[in-house]
Amino acid sequence: MGKTLVDKIWDNHVVVSKAGFPDVLYINTHFIHEVTSPQAFDGLRRRGLPVFRTGKTHATADHNVPTLDQHLPIKEALSRHQVEMLSTNTAEFGVELYGLGHPYQGIVHVIGPELGITLPGMTIVCGDSHTSTHGAFGAIAFGIGTSEVEEVLATQCILQYRPKRMKIEINGQLKKGVLSKDIILYIIAQISAAGGTGYFVEFAGEAIRSLSMEARMTICNMSIEMGARGGLIAPDDTTFAYIKGREFAPKGANWDKALAYWKTLYSDSDAQFDKVLTYDAANIEPMITYGTNPGMGIGITQHIPVVEALDEKEKVSFKKSLEYMDLQPGAGLLGKKVDYVFIGSCTNSRIEDLRLVAEFVKGKKKANDITVWIVPGSKQVEAQAKAEGLHEVFEAAGFHLREPGCSACLGMNEDKIPAGMYCISTSNRNFEGRQGPNARTFLASPLTAAVAAITGQVTDVREWL
Amino acid sequence: MKKVFKHLVSTVVPVNIENVDTDQIIPARFLKATTREGFGENLFRDWRYDANNQPKPDFILNDPTYQGEILVAGKNFGCGSSREHAAWAIADAGFKVVVSSFFADIFKGNALNNFLLTVQVSEDFLAKIFAAVKADPAAKIEVDLESQYIKIVASGEQEGFDINPYKKACLINGYDDIDYILSLKEDIARYEKSREFNF
Ligand code: SF4
Repeated sequence: MGKTLVDKIWDNHVVVSKAGFPDVLYINTHFIHEVTSPQAFDGLRRRGLPVFRTGKTHATADHNVPTLDQHLPIKEALSRHQVEMLSTNTAEFGVELYGLGHPYQGIVHVIGPELGITLPGMTIVCGDSHTSTHGAFGAIAFGIGTSEVEEVLATQCILQYRPKRMKIEINGQLKKGVLSKDIILYIIAQISAAGGTGYFVEFAGEAIRSLSMEARMTICNMSIEMGARGGLIAPDDTTFAYIKGREFAPKGANWDKALAYWKTLYSDSDAQFDKVLTYDAANIEPMITYGTNPGMGIGITQHIPVVEALDEKEKVSFKKSLEYMDLQPGAGLLGKKVDYVFIGSCTNSRIEDLRLVAEFVKGKKKANDITVWIVPGSKQVEAQAKAEGLHEVFEAAGFHLREPGCSACLGMNEDKIPAGMYCISTSNRNFEGRQGPNARTFLASPLTAAVAAITGQVTDVREWL
Repeated sequence: MKKVFKHLVSTVVPVNIENVDTDQIIPARFLKATTREGFGENLFRDWRYDANNQPKPDFILNDPTYQGEILVAGKNFGCGSSREHAAWAIADAGFKVVVSSFFADIFKGNALNNFLLTVQVSEDFLAKIFAAVKADPAAKIEVDLESQYIKIVASGEQEGFDINPYKKACLINGYDDIDYILSLKEDIARYEKSREFNF
């Protein structure tokens, strides 16, 4: 019987497999950042251990960094301390750091792919749940906790049980104005925020194949939001073309060898999945969330469910969620006034996202009472955007291209949405307080966010195309 | 001190809410510490305290009627981010066991790595625990890891729970993953040599 892609990669990384024990899995690449690594380095110190394979660990500062005036010291003392700890720890243990001011600095899940560190067939971990992003290259990539960060630093291996495999096929073609962000919000709305728990999900089908690498990353990025361990997409010519020539990508004879291997990375036609789901791309419209988990999403023209339609147990959390959002069951969201627009995060802060937004807002002006933050995912994205003149398009529309970081994706750095305000956000989580205490988040695609920046309200972007 | 977990009888703190995500357990703005200690103070921060840092009297953790080393919560506990701080916060607040009818994967792994036992029970049994505690806040729950059962002491009702045998051995004996993997160093070296291109 054939193997799934996940099994092929998994089997290729098992160092030891013993009955009754989790597999010892070799890790090719370990990304670290300032928030989930200090306690891990501390642990190494306590045990008297070095970093086992320094060259396989890459560090950057992203969660705590300000997105204006990055050349100045970080104002908030605790944030500054965490970022400084990362410098101290990486220097002491011999790990390469792309810290503030470095031309490679950026959100960890943006820089890995753009530097060619992320490659097909790899195992990749990071102390961050959106590590699933790297699965877009046909890699097993997943988020881990700090004890596991310590484990990987100490051994370059991790203990893991083999996950169940799910295939999600999106057939047909996307309609105009519908982006990969809408695909993933649609899937999560269908299967709920816990529907993928225990699975590794392979995304397949014509609609996925026709996506660019960056659009694929958006999908894999949010596979964690349905509870999945990770998501991945088999590599193809789109993947290989994206990787070729990048800083750390294999070169010359190594490229040929790597490519030959990468071409074996697909699920065999007779491979068995534990679960298969199939959707039609044509049924997907621009999506928006109304609640406080990413599964609470609707098509932009649809209405929030009515309470009676829910089962008894769901009612309590549903009501609590709508109270938090100050929205009514059964209501539509079109025309709802928005206070902030955040375009950024490891879900949608890549150059294609910025290009799309720039193209849309060109010649238009932002609405009066709205604050718009456009935050590139990395220094390289920022440089590229400037080289293409996108920052001028943004300025003309009345917004400003900021400097790279996680920004308003999580209320940890200076960029927070004030209490009670509504923000259309291209990030991945709408949890209570995620963007700041009592901030209210609508998750949507970069286009849906861009049109809201112009109209000041929730708008169906298809009417503007 | 070496941590272990074998057996516990305790009253419980019931948080009867589903989909409790890690941003609720410990909001991101409290993730800035660089040690593992002290997170318990900010456990469920935004549910426990209002904007002026005044305790919200209607949140269960502020109700002195409910005390204990077992946290009982609704379905899909610990979803969201991979922050281990969530497990640290719960452990630091004095809990040794979390009971729910469903746990998010990463949270479960993080909890067990910190000797915080996650006990997954059926929806029915979870409802029974909530009912028992509602009827009597002093109701005790017994958790036995060796024999893998959880029991409502007063009624004697009990249910078995799953845990993987490796983690069970770790908890009972106080091992950890790094000790285990380092004992396999030769296998790792052999693996690395066997890969033609090791990326
Ligand atoms: S952008 Fe948001 S989701 Fe992505 S790594 Fe940063 S905080 Fe996490």
